[in-house]
Amino acid sequence: MRKIAIYGKGGIGKSTTTQNTVAGLAEIGRKIMVVGCDPKADSTRLLLHGLAQRTVLDTLRDEGEDLDLDDVMKVGFKNTSCVESGGPEPGVGCAGRGIITSINLLEQLGAYDDDKQLDYVFYDVLGDVVCGGFAMPIRDGKAEEVYIVCSGEMMAMYAANNICKSIHKFGKVGAVRLGGLICNSRKVDNESKMIEEFAKKLGTQMVHFVPRDNVVQHAEINRRTVIDYMPDHAQADEYRTLASKIDNNTMFVVPTPLSIQELEDLLVSFDIMN
Amino acid sequence: MLLRHTTEKEIDRKALTINPVKTCQPIGAMYAALGVHRCLPHSHGSQGCCSYHRSMLTRHFKEPILSSTSSFSEGASVFGGSSNLISAIDTIFTVYDPDVIAVHTTCLSETIGDDMAQIISKAKEEEKIPKNKTVIYCNTPSYIGTHITGYSNQLSAFVNFFSISTPKKRNVVNLVAGWMEPSDMREIKRISRIMEARTILFPDMSDVLDTPLNGKFEMYPSGGATIQEITAIGDSKFTIGLGAYSTENACVKLENKCKVRFEIVEIPIGLKATDRFVISLSRHANVPIPDILTEERGRLVDLIADNSKYFYKKRVALFGDPDTLIPLIEFLLTLDMKPVYVVTGTAGNHFNRSMQELLSEKVSEAKYKSGECADMFQLHQWIKQKSVDLLIGNTYGKYIARDENIPFVRFGFPVTDRPGNNYFPHVGYVGASNLVIKILEKILDHKDRTCHESKVEFQM
Repeated sequence: MRKIAIYGKGGIGKSTTTQNTVAGLAEIGRKIMVVGCDPKADSTRLLLHGLAQRTVLDTLRDEGEDLDLDDVMKVGFKNTSCVESGGPEPGVGCAGRGIITSINLLEQLGAYDDDKQLDYVFYDVLGDVVCGGFAMPIRDGKAEEVYIVCSGEMMAMYAANNICKSIHKFGKVGAVRLGGLICNSRKVDNESKMIEEFAKKLGTQMVHFVPRDNVVQHAEINRRTVIDYMPDHAQADEYRTLASKIDNNTMFVVPTPLSIQELEDLLVSFDIMN
Repeated sequence: MLLRHTTEKEIDRKALTINPVKTCQPIGAMYAALGVHRCLPHSHGSQGCCSYHRSMLTRHFKEPILSSTSSFSEGASVFGGSSNLISAIDTIFTVYDPDVIAVHTTCLSETIGDDMAQIISKAKEEEKIPKNKTVIYCNTPSYIGTHITGYSNQLSAFVNFFSISTPKKRNVVNLVAGWMEPSDMREIKRISRIMEARTILFPDMSDVLDTPLNGKFEMYPSGGATIQEITAIGDSKFTIGLGAYSTENACVKLENKCKVRFEIVEIPIGLKATDRFVISLSRHANVPIPDILTEERGRLVDLIADNSKYFYKKRVALFGDPDTLIPLIEFLLTLDMKPVYVVTGTAGNHFNRSMQELLSEKVSEAKYKSGECADMFQLHQWIKQKSVDLLIGNTYGKYIARDENIPFVRFGFPVTDRPGNNYFPHVGYVGASNLVIKILEKILDHKDRTCHESKVEFQM
């Protein structure tokens, strides 16, 4: 079983990319569980066709610790298992602690047991690694592969670099490795080349360049992944390619994060190339 | 040799404290809240915090300490403690019926960022707080400050929530009590009474934590400053704060809120500190110092004079809280003793300045340290380097005293292994006499037990 965490700047398209990739993997017969680690609980919406499900933490709060896996796990597109951690409403409580609680509980309930015969677990984590809780999915024994969704925008790369810092830290003692960057295009000039160069400097690779296409938005409005919504569209093939690249990926590294100066120099040099 | 691993050689430490001279903020908040009549302290956090704080106070006072808790579970840590506190408030007023719930926070609720003002106003909106009842709060994260900070924060909260200034001024002097024993508070009240000064003592743990055993359980004993009194301190003409660390913030708050001027004096431990307190009270309450007090003072001076040879140049190591250590050290100097080592876990410039003023000339070899790096391990190391004739501190000092065979006077919080702390005050002239006798007994017992046979005297 491969355990994969998807990180990236808020709003970059982590959930969309994750679910589309999962759809691609499911199509080729992989058995997958998706764990949404975002208090908004919208990481599995496309796979479940918008079915609002009860989150682990809501269930925990309402029913106590004596709960069943079936209470929190729903089956989505092509038999994927979908779980949402959930969390507190904005401005109260501790979302970080929520993720720790939720992942521990899933383990206790046997969500990852061999009898589930999972090929993949995907953790879709909110935004930046702002505190210990959000690093839970990459702590020892949890996710071993991380993919960072980014774009050629400065802040997205800045966030990606920060995430590399925490992988660097946890990678020294644990098994977590960076599998690569996924560029979710924002149509920035020289985007693909810049991210390739950025990846090289981090000691990793750009797994795939996902072009921007409006069909993704249309699919989202219809609460579906592109593969589900328009299986014959070119964008669907892009996600299939991404899925197969991840499926065949063998490059796993402890990244070498850049200093702020190096990062800014990189951006400047690509700006000059224009 | 329980502490046999303590070495004489000191190694510079930055990140390690061994046997700190302090404890959690909420213990102070809980203790202060017990000094208000019909007030129930409430710990907003997990049950363990509340249990520890209650048991620590119980071990010291040998009384049941009543306090409730928000009983945080995993869920409360994630979703915030709002619903726990609101249902706690509902339950407490229904079942235990206090007049005030004094909520203090804990590390957990502080870290997840519970907004106490918002939660309490929500409880009000939901009508969980009956008319004429009040819920107040103070923030007491234990990773900042010490139990003294918590005590101070709780006093400030009382002033903040209750004290009001009306046009009708009263000829009363407020006495804000720093961290001292209930017996000390009783003594402060006795002094005010014989001086015929009109005072309000706040907080007041006498008749709360030293109640007689009469076979009847009183959830809220007769003692404690009443809410009417704490409200009325805003109309008093002056405030005397006893102990800068535990009372200054509350005094400042009261001055800002109700324009009551204040003066901070030391907790009246020893001859000079008691003189200053009595003079201050006499001046601000505009009352003479009665003969009865002058006579008590005279008896203390006589006791000191009679025994001065036993005190002279005796080296003393002390640890505890700054508000009591400062006047105590001044008193030891009055006795011609030499306070050579002093540590306190409560940080602050006032302590360092006071030590500098008191010790730099009279005891040039004195070492003192305050703040989170000041610990009993280092105090023990200093003692190993050059021993002392007496150790003064709370029960945690017994291990050092035993290993080094030093007479040990129990003083401060907590004293868990000897009774009587609540019976004999340490403040005022009478309290100073008690202290003198306590110190003498320890020193002379030790001498009788350990001196050469030829030196054992019937009369000393």
